[in-house]
Amino acid sequence: MGRTLAEKVWEQHVVRRADGEPDLLYIDLHLIHEVTSPQAFDGLRLAGRPVRRPDLTIATEDHNVPTVLGPISDPVSKTQVETLRKNAAEFGLRLHPMGDAGQGVVHIIGPQFGLTQPGMTIVCGDSHTSTHGAFGGIAFGIGTSEVEHVLATQTLPAYRPRTMAIEVSGELPVGVTAKDLILAIIAKIGTGGGQGYIVEYRGEAVRKLSMEGRMTVCNMSIEAGARAGLIAPDETTFAYLEGRPHAPSGEAWDQAVAYWKTLKTDDDAVFDKVVEIDASTLTPYVTWGTNPGQGLPLGASVPTPESFADPVARSAAERALDYMGLTAGTPLRDIEVDTVFVGSCTNGRIEDLRSAAEILRGRRVKTRTLIVPGSMLVKLQAEQEGLHEVFKAAGAEWREAGCSMCLGMNPDTLQPGERSASTSNRNFEGRQGKGGRTHLVSPQVAAATAVTGRLTAPADL
Amino acid sequence: MDAFTTHTGTAVPLRRSNVDTDQIIPAVWLKQVSRTGFERGLFAAWREDPSFVLNDASYSGASVLVSGPDFGTGSSREHAVWALQQYGFRVVIAARFGDIFRNNSTKMGLLPVVLPDAQVEALQDAVEADPGLEVTVDLERREVRWAGESVAFEIDDYTRWRLMEGLDDIGLTLRHADDITTYENGRQPWLPTTV
Ligand code: SF4
Repeated sequence: MGRTLAEKVWEQHVVRRADGEPDLLYIDLHLIHEVTSPQAFDGLRLAGRPVRRPDLTIATEDHNVPTVLGPISDPVSKTQVETLRKNAAEFGLRLHPMGDAGQGVVHIIGPQFGLTQPGMTIVCGDSHTSTHGAFGGIAFGIGTSEVEHVLATQTLPAYRPRTMAIEVSGELPVGVTAKDLILAIIAKIGTGGGQGYIVEYRGEAVRKLSMEGRMTVCNMSIEAGARAGLIAPDETTFAYLEGRPHAPSGEAWDQAVAYWKTLKTDDDAVFDKVVEIDASTLTPYVTWGTNPGQGLPLGASVPTPESFADPVARSAAERALDYMGLTAGTPLRDIEVDTVFVGSCTNGRIEDLRSAAEILRGRRVKTRTLIVPGSMLVKLQAEQEGLHEVFKAAGAEWREAGCSMCLGMNPDTLQPGERSASTSNRNFEGRQGKGGRTHLVSPQVAAATAVTGRLTAPADL
Repeated sequence: MDAFTTHTGTAVPLRRSNVDTDQIIPAVWLKQVSRTGFERGLFAAWREDPSFVLNDASYSGASVLVSGPDFGTGSSREHAVWALQQYGFRVVIAARFGDIFRNNSTKMGLLPVVLPDAQVEALQDAVEADPGLEVTVDLERREVRWAGESVAFEIDDYTRWRLMEGLDDIGLTLRHADDITTYENGRQPWLPTTV
């Protein structure tokens, strides 16, 4: 019987397999940031252990960094960032600190350097590590104990998850994006639907996505409960990688591509579960609740809790409406927002900024609008293309790279009761600041919403 | 890690689903660089509400948290596990857990127990009827027991053994350092390094 892509990549990385034990898996790339690593380095020091492969490890500062120029004013954030610097120096790790041209959100910089390649195993103390699966490898988030384990051994003990195929047939209609697709998938399978699975996104609509779009889809796999999501590499993948600083070159490139071409699910392979979705029926999606599964087409209205048959879903909806300050039956298009955020590892790449700029060109924003590039390189590229001028002319704020308003750890937060349209990945209670209310949207919907002050699709303008 | 064989204590019912790790410990609490003091951040936003179940004195001292489904979804922050443990929890019972949370828990010796929805609710009902109810979580026999009830749960042999012995994963892996070196010598030559 044939094998799925996930099985092929997994098997390729088994260091040791023994009956009744998890596989010991080799890790090709370990990404580090300031939040989930300090206690891991403490553990190493305590045990007197070195980092086994500093050359397969890279660190950046992202979660705590302010997105305006200047030093970190919060002393606790400052200590955390300084601790990473100290640890990187002590253990000999490459670090991209604030202000460095290579700095950025951890999941943006890996692909941009060409460090993320097909067939690799990639981990990071961050659940959105699933982003890197867009290149056809297995990439997943780990906790701090596991970060320490990888630092010390470059391996992880793990049981292979089951495999799920999400078959996306048809083509995405004009104006419908990768973000809408993944929001629709999560709304369909639920926040627990992917638990215990590695998801492979397949089908015509997925093949047609750019690498940026594929990263957006894989990024939110964790929001459906799956630790990892992946997409088989193809010409789009190879074209994205060619010429990047850490991509192979010359003869090695040819060898690599020959191998990468074998990285696909065999025709006779069997997935443990298959979910089908027709892309051609989709419209822009937004979330109305406090978990990413609580999403609907923008043309819909806020649901009534009674419309949920399952009592757990019903009480979750009641709580969510209360927290979000929404009344059932309100058309989603009537919801007014205070803030628009374009950025994060979900939608902070150059293509996302281009599509937001296209909508904002020649228009004015009605709300506070933060445009935050995912990395310093994205920022540079956007400025070379003049996008920053478009944003500034529209009245939006053009910021430095970082996680920014994706999570309430740096100065960019919502005030209690404030409502945002956000291109990030989590609408959890308080995620963007205590008491803040989040609606997850695509960059296009975010930009159109900034123009009208209400949840809006570009086609409505 | 502390070894876990069997634990008896009182429980607290948390009748919510999708208790994500941002709720268990909000992001502002993650700025600490030490491993201690996280109990103060546990459910920090929810605890401000006097009617939140952890503020109910009848459940004080509880060491078993009985939650709705999809507990510990979202962020990979192990701080969620530290916060629960430092607050005094040894066990979390739910019908489903976020994968990373579950993994993190077993690394730290906090036992995640999966029971079917109906059993979780039965236990929540029993605890609400009698907050002093003693609940025993027996890892050796893979059973949860309360008031004459006994419900079996599943956990793989390896994780159970590691928890019962209180073993550190890194130490176990380093016993196979030779295997790692052998594997490393056979890696494909084009794979990237960060240098
Ligand atoms: S942008 Fe958001 S989701 Fe991505 S790494 Fe930063 S905080 Fe996490």
